[in-house]
Amino acid sequence: MTAIGTDLARRDGTVKVTGTATYAYEAPVERPAYAHPVQATIARGRIRDIEIEDAETLDGVLTVLTPDNAERLADTDDKELAVLQSDEVAFRGQLVGVVVAETSEVAREAAGLVRVTYDEAEHDAELATERGSYVPEQLNAGYPTESAQGDVDAAMASAETTIERTYTTAMYHNNPLEPHTTTALWDGDSLTLWDSTQGVHPLRSTIAPIFGLDEERVRVICPYVGGGFGSKGTAHANVTLATLAARAVPGRPVRLALTRQQMFSLAGYRTPTIQRMRLAADADGRLSAIAIDVVEQTSRIKEYAEQTGTPTRIMYAAENRSVTHRLVPLDVPVPSWMRAPGDCPGMFGPEVAMDELAERLGVDPIELRIRNEPSVDPDTGKPFSSRNLVACLLAGADRFDWADRDLRPGVRRSGDWLVGTGVAASTYPVHRMPASTAVIRREAGRYVVEIGAADLGTGTWTTLPQIAADALDVPVSDVEVRIGDTRYPMASVAGGSSGMTTWGSAVVEAARAFRDKFGQDPADGDEADGSVGPADEDHAMHAFGAQFVEAHVHADTGELRVPRLLGVFAAGRIINPRTARSQFIGGMTMGLSMALHEHSVLDPRTGHVVNHDLAEYHVSVNADVTDVEATWIDEHDPYVNAMGSKGIGEIGIVGTAAAVSNAVWHATGVRVRDLPITLDKVLAALP
Amino acid sequence: MDSEIGLRVDGTPRRLTVDTRTTLLDALRERLGVTSPKKGCDHGQCGACTVLVDGRRVLSCLTLAVARDGAEVVTAEGLAPDGELHPVQRAFIDRDAFQCGYCTPGQVVSAVGMLDELDRGWPSAATGTGEPELDDAEIAERMSGNLCRCAAYANIVPAVREAGR
Ligand code: FES
Ligand code: FES
Repeated sequence: MTAIGTDLARRDGTVKVTGTATYAYEAPVERPAYAHPVQATIARGRIRDIEIEDAETLDGVLTVLTPDNAERLADTDDKELAVLQSDEVAFRGQLVGVVVAETSEVAREAAGLVRVTYDEAEHDAELATERGSYVPEQLNAGYPTESAQGDVDAAMASAETTIERTYTTAMYHNNPLEPHTTTALWDGDSLTLWDSTQGVHPLRSTIAPIFGLDEERVRVICPYVGGGFGSKGTAHANVTLATLAARAVPGRPVRLALTRQQMFSLAGYRTPTIQRMRLAADADGRLSAIAIDVVEQTSRIKEYAEQTGTPTRIMYAAENRSVTHRLVPLDVPVPSWMRAPGDCPGMFGPEVAMDELAERLGVDPIELRIRNEPSVDPDTGKPFSSRNLVACLLAGADRFDWADRDLRPGVRRSGDWLVGTGVAASTYPVHRMPASTAVIRREAGRYVVEIGAADLGTGTWTTLPQIAADALDVPVSDVEVRIGDTRYPMASVAGGSSGMTTWGSAVVEAARAFRDKFGQDPADGDEADGSVGPADEDHAMHAFGAQFVEAHVHADTGELRVPRLLGVFAAGRIINPRTARSQFIGGMTMGLSMALHEHSVLDPRTGHVVNHDLAEYHVSVNADVTDVEATWIDEHDPYVNAMGSKGIGEIGIVGTAAAVSNAVWHATGVRVRDLPITLDKVLAALP
Repeated sequence: MDSEIGLRVDGTPRRLTVDTRTTLLDALRERLGVTSPKKGCDHGQCGACTVLVDGRRVLSCLTLAVARDGAEVVTAEGLAPDGELHPVQRAFIDRDAFQCGYCTPGQVVSAVGMLDELDRGWPSAATGTGEPELDDAEIAERMSGNLCRCAAYANIVPAVREAGR
């Protein structure tokens, strides 16, 4: 094995630095028309009337679609995707029409000429308490809603030390830099979609039945994705709308790009969460109970239940445990996946609570975590396939000069700045999707691997050849991969950090089959395929990590800076250190962004995200980041998959915000339990 | 209202008809099929659409095409004539200064423009008293108009530093 673990430059480097990689909106088609959506301006109610005459008669307009005249879709079960099928409005920004025109300027102008009047109804768009909530049947990814062992109340009542606190995370929008875009083309009863998606096959399976088509009649193409972070993992309403719009102008391809503003109501987001944490411990900090009660929101038209409590199930040993989730249905856009669903918000409350417990006991927070390291998965009782949280904490402590750290808060100064350091643990499960197939063919002296996988910046173009090269025992330069097209064998979504585990396993199987059939000297055209097998059921499989943060808080103004971030991860074998490091530091920086900046401000009076652009929804910029470094433990895990790798696209964002909050406390003595950590939250308490 | 204008794009003279509302970005992408500059926000908030106009970096989504009749426009594609990558582009690949690549053409063009500004001694918010120098603080400050949601910032800074030497 030589290719896996090698530091290779990205194969798509040249096309990306020159801008010649073609994203969905740039698909090479003849005479494209342009679509522009019309959105509801109320949070709940019914459309009374839509006047389209002014729009229709504008020069250059090809068609205007509304619920009055749009075709009836074959399958309207998914209310998010069943666009223009009813006059009901379920959230502000919902699609109520679309204009197709010769140019994008005309389409946009005409969309502004569509006049909609409504019968408005009372709405509720604010997550404040668990009022009106219910217990969902299950959580995202199929996790159980509730779990309990022992008696948390009794343990809380009898423990020497307890922590009982509520933490909140904000509403967040994925905001990939490439907006959600589609180029749609109907040719008779066949449909081609160039769509910015994290999975061409899953997208096809979603869209085909909506239009009453057999999957074979639909082709989805997506060689490059300008970022997704989950929001392109499932189809959103813009894809149905583009497809509908294109059907209304037969023979013309239609391009539709959501504007940045439209993305805030149509492309998914992360629900805000309210997390009530309870910890019970003895004088040494050994936990006797750990519990989290989560309240979060969903839309009324489609349920999405973020699995926020899941990391609490596996992180620390304690005999008494409880995890609950309640969902509040609101008149809001449909929440969905955002980088590390569940684990990202769900490691904020618990990891700050652990720091609060360490503070209470006067114990080092790393030592506290080590004392509560479980020997088996506390939730299922299964052994971990590998668990190197402690190794990550210790390696990071070493690099971060943790040994000399003074536990007291608010006592270090550098000029006008208060200085502190903080740590938090990180984790993400190893997911394997049930189905994916790869084919390997000998073509002109090379090995060609075909699979409908996606590269959203994750490095698939580069890392799949590394896996194939080792499986075939050939130099990586002999391998070519073709991905991002439903013409290739079926691949699962690039989601849940499952891509490499799933597709990589299929590639290894295909290579085995190929060598079994054709030996070491195959002929041109020889071909074999292989599919991912079932996952190991006997082990609990998770990646772990430790996040270290240095925070500076200005003593007079409360201005917050994070000059240093370090992540140490235990994520199995690393396929390509160069692209892996980028994934880790990218996730960590997004975690920093969540800690200090990100916050979608939804006005409960209107149901509108008022800061719906990149000037007001702040994400970290270059100058916010000084020193961010990621490193990893050499971890060998024979159970996860044939490569021994764990997914790394999401773990980087997990725990970062807690580590920042803990560092801010260490700098100032102020506990910020509600994200984002902004200066108004620390200012009043500064010396 | 439509107008006919001329642009020199990546060294090639082009004539085109644009709506007076057409931005330079849409003129390039939707009229001329030059899709190297990207649209991330259309509001001057992300930098993905950065191109050089008459040698200076501009946000093409905030520039009306009719107002730039006769201009010389260089995109990231034009920085690599005949496939020969610009030193900034090579450094971006060496340093893995991108993931999804959507912000990248804008980052690359912005870096080229920025290095030129620095050469001319133009100060930034990060400049102290004397002449500005090519250090990490200057680079981070001057590149902060180019958002990268994949957050390759920690790789972009050394890439620009190396290319600027
Ligand atoms: S597209 Fe021009 S700045 Fe974002
Ligand atoms: S590389 Fe994806 S936004 Fe910068």
